[in-house]
Amino acid sequence: MSETGPAPAFRPAAAEALKNPQLRANFRRAMDGLMAKRAALFSDPVEWRDLRALGAAIRARTLARLPELLETLEKNCAANGIHVRWAETTGEANAIVLEILKKHGATRVVKGKSMVSEEMHLNDFLEERGIESLESDLGEYIIQLDGETPSHIIMPAIHKNKQQIAKLFGKKIREAKYTEDVDELTAIARRVLRKKFFEADAGISGVNFAVAETGTLCLVENEGNGRMSTHVPSVHIALMGIEKVVEKLEDVPPLYSLLTRSATGQVISTYFNMITGPRGPGEKDGPTEVHLVILDNERSRIFSDAELSATLRCIRCGACMNHCPVYTRIGGHAYQAVYPGPIGKILTPQTEGVARRHELVHASSLCGACVEACPVQIPIVELLVRLRREATHKEPGSTVLQAGEGRNRLEDAAWFFWEAAHRHPSLYRLMGFLATRLRRFLPSRLPVLSAWTWGSGGPQGPPPGSRLRATPRPAARTLHELARKDGVDDA
Amino acid sequence: MPDPARERILGRLRGSPRCASPASDFAVMARKTWPAAERYPRLRRLMEAVKTEFLEATEDGWPATVRSFLVSQGLKTLLYGPETPAGRRLAQSWPSGEGPRLVAYDRPIEQTKEQLFNEMDAGFTTTRGGIAETGGLIVWPSPEEPRLMSLVPPVHLALLSTDAIYDTFWDALRSQGWAAGMPPNALLISGPSKTADIEQTLAYGVHGPKRLVVVAVGR
Amino acid sequence: MSSPDGVSRGRPEAVYYYGTCLVDLFFPQAGLSGIRLLQREGLRVIFPQGQTCCAQPAFNCGYHEEARAVAQAQIALFRQPYPIVVPSGSCAGMMKRHYPALFEGDPFQAEAQAFAARVFELTQFLTNVLKVKLTDRGEKVRVTWHSSCHALREMGIVEEPRSLLAQLENVELAPLSRERECCGFGGTFAIREPEISAAMVEDKAGDVLSTGAPILLSGDGGCLLNIGGRLAAKGETVRASHVAEFLWERTK
Repeated sequence: MSETGPAPAFRPAAAEALKNPQLRANFRRAMDGLMAKRAALFSDPVEWRDLRALGAAIRARTLARLPELLETLEKNCAANGIHVRWAETTGEANAIVLEILKKHGATRVVKGKSMVSEEMHLNDFLEERGIESLESDLGEYIIQLDGETPSHIIMPAIHKNKQQIAKLFGKKIREAKYTEDVDELTAIARRVLRKKFFEADAGISGVNFAVAETGTLCLVENEGNGRMSTHVPSVHIALMGIEKVVEKLEDVPPLYSLLTRSATGQVISTYFNMITGPRGPGEKDGPTEVHLVILDNERSRIFSDAELSATLRCIRCGACMNHCPVYTRIGGHAYQAVYPGPIGKILTPQTEGVARRHELVHASSLCGACVEACPVQIPIVELLVRLRREATHKEPGSTVLQAGEGRNRLEDAAWFFWEAAHRHPSLYRLMGFLATRLRRFLPSRLPVLSAWTWGSGGPQGPPPGSRLRATPRPAARTLHELARKDGVDDA
Repeated sequence: MPDPARERILGRLRGSPRCASPASDFAVMARKTWPAAERYPRLRRLMEAVKTEFLEATEDGWPATVRSFLVSQGLKTLLYGPETPAGRRLAQSWPSGEGPRLVAYDRPIEQTKEQLFNEMDAGFTTTRGGIAETGGLIVWPSPEEPRLMSLVPPVHLALLSTDAIYDTFWDALRSQGWAAGMPPNALLISGPSKTADIEQTLAYGVHGPKRLVVVAVGR
Repeated sequence: MSSPDGVSRGRPEAVYYYGTCLVDLFFPQAGLSGIRLLQREGLRVIFPQGQTCCAQPAFNCGYHEEARAVAQAQIALFRQPYPIVVPSGSCAGMMKRHYPALFEGDPFQAEAQAFAARVFELTQFLTNVLKVKLTDRGEKVRVTWHSSCHALREMGIVEEPRSLLAQLENVELAPLSRERECCGFGGTFAIREPEISAAMVEDKAGDVLSTGAPILLSGDGGCLLNIGGRLAAKGETVRASHVAEFLWERTK
């Protein structure tokens, strides 16, 4: 269902972000670093070509068999002792998590990183009901302390520099001495969280890959907080979107290799944690109960469209946003969505409504840097163009949320006239004639020309009264005229 | 009892057109191979790059190597699994009297949590081999070597046989037949815990062990 | 003269020329230069006067009926089996990569496919098909090169413009530090998100200036209007020129 309430306005948020030099500098440095590290590990073009073709094929195979694989996953998880629950909406997912926690009288939860839990606004939901839900991944811990949401799906605190973090720790963590030293800041977090892992009643995590063949949940991490959250408390709840299933164990290593190199420029993460059940017979530790919550939240709607279902191939690596010239300049918060960047621009309109999030599908120059970097070959540019069409035209049989509701008469009229002018060569040549003969009289304050020449006059624009770009002046004669005069053959 | 959410979700999925599914060509995985003699040096190089430490040892001498290491680092307690062959060797070879103490992980965590979190300086586990392509150890926790041994103590000592190194993770899981049955927990571990969440600057020793020490046993 | 992979087996006797609407109105001399470069190689160049626009603006905005109508009108003008040479990577990309899909399920698709197979971007055609030999007749000059994203990523044009410029012995190519980064034009993107576009073009202009080159070259009219427009508004003397015009002027 589409989110209710007015749509968050993207353009002002982007403009605000653009005038923040600290944010610009933080993101530029961070994205450059991530791009360089990734490039260094994909330096063999043949390997890159073949591995990403394999990654795309594995994800396509998953999607081609999605309902069957989910049933197999559920069967095998259940056989392993993992309790599987299904949730159509984030509300249902939250209710399931609450039910499990209440059954155990759990009031203190530690969380590993999970973007699905961000979709659920799970922390707020639990806090409102008197359950502490503490983020244990350092980046998530930092933003939770500051009451923020993640600005990047892999590095949630990427918008903060160490001075900002030092001030935050100094203010919010009792007994923490003020320090800007990264090792000391890390040690503070280790001390605080260690106590929390020890005391927690339950641990909640995401899932990177859920293997249908064996009923195994795979978690990728570097810090150890994921293992702490999933092995120490007596209850573990794992949250996944329906698309996170893979068919076989052998499908995992290629995807894992693509993920770590694309996301953080590492050949391998510190830990790869494969959970195939709660504490087994004779085991001395591990949770006594493991639950898996499978969330839909409009993914099945996306799935129903053969072209748009490619959106669901995503393995949440973040490479698209690392390479995006728009994301680099505005950061993640400006999108005001759970998923920012290119993947966010195709996912959010499909889960919240293509009219509600119309701005997002147009917030792209279609440069294709994301497509080039995507390890599973999601055709993001094609999907953006498709969603732009869906926003203004409701095709019969379309399952896109709010299809056609973004239509506006002004734009319809503009393209109507554009078509007329360009389908009739005589009309086109007349316009060319007028534009060239009257070229010195083109007013730069005309609606479209104004945005081009003067910018928005807003914060990122040139100072008032000065131009963003020179007014584009047509030449004295069109090429049509020059060619004809030159005697170039017409046919 | 049928779950309505489950039925509706699966119903929508089943009723949808299916996308195309091109063949999966795993040749790119299969062609990542190294000569046997190169695998351990490669693994070592990659793991040392992320601050893993290595102790070279022999089949006969590794328990002494472990003990010397603990002494030299001032580590007083070593958690180990007494029921494994390696654990038994460790216990047999351990001198009594002064010096680092072996502590058996022989009871459920509910009885040992305080001790585990606060008194264990190091944990010792065996491994099921390593991975040459990326570095990394294969660790399968078990009733004999519980999960938290390689996670909670600040130092993790891992026994690795230098000829049990696979070319790739893909190769390892196929060669060892993991699809036939997974334990409740299986792991790859490639170094001490780390993060780059603060200004993309690497910091080691976050929530997992601060040090990973590989006891590499060759012929 | 065309084969399914789009590369001619021999030298064609004639080629079509698709000027593109931006070249038509803003860079007609560059358009004519492209024609001259082809004529100099002994080819008969045909410029159908009925041509207008490749329809990329409407296509990218999701107005596909309108795009189809205009695309069909273009295709109908290029019936002979000659290559179609285009002085724009993004327009060439539109026609080559998107025309067939635009007519999916339509009886016209076969014709659209045949058309698409014959489309070449100008520098690609000069380098790979005609294998032109250029002699530099100009003075020493430093230039810098910006590729449009579509030329780069849809048409795969990376080396061709560079190799043509490399043949000019008095031309020094100083690369941009972020050569592959978008300039912020993006068609209607510059109008819908002017703040973000402004930030992108400002960075690109700064990059151009830091090369010290008095001339910025590109194969795409949109990028030239965008970056050139920004440089001019800043009062800079750097000239933004279409590569076709530059190549012709240096070698004629």
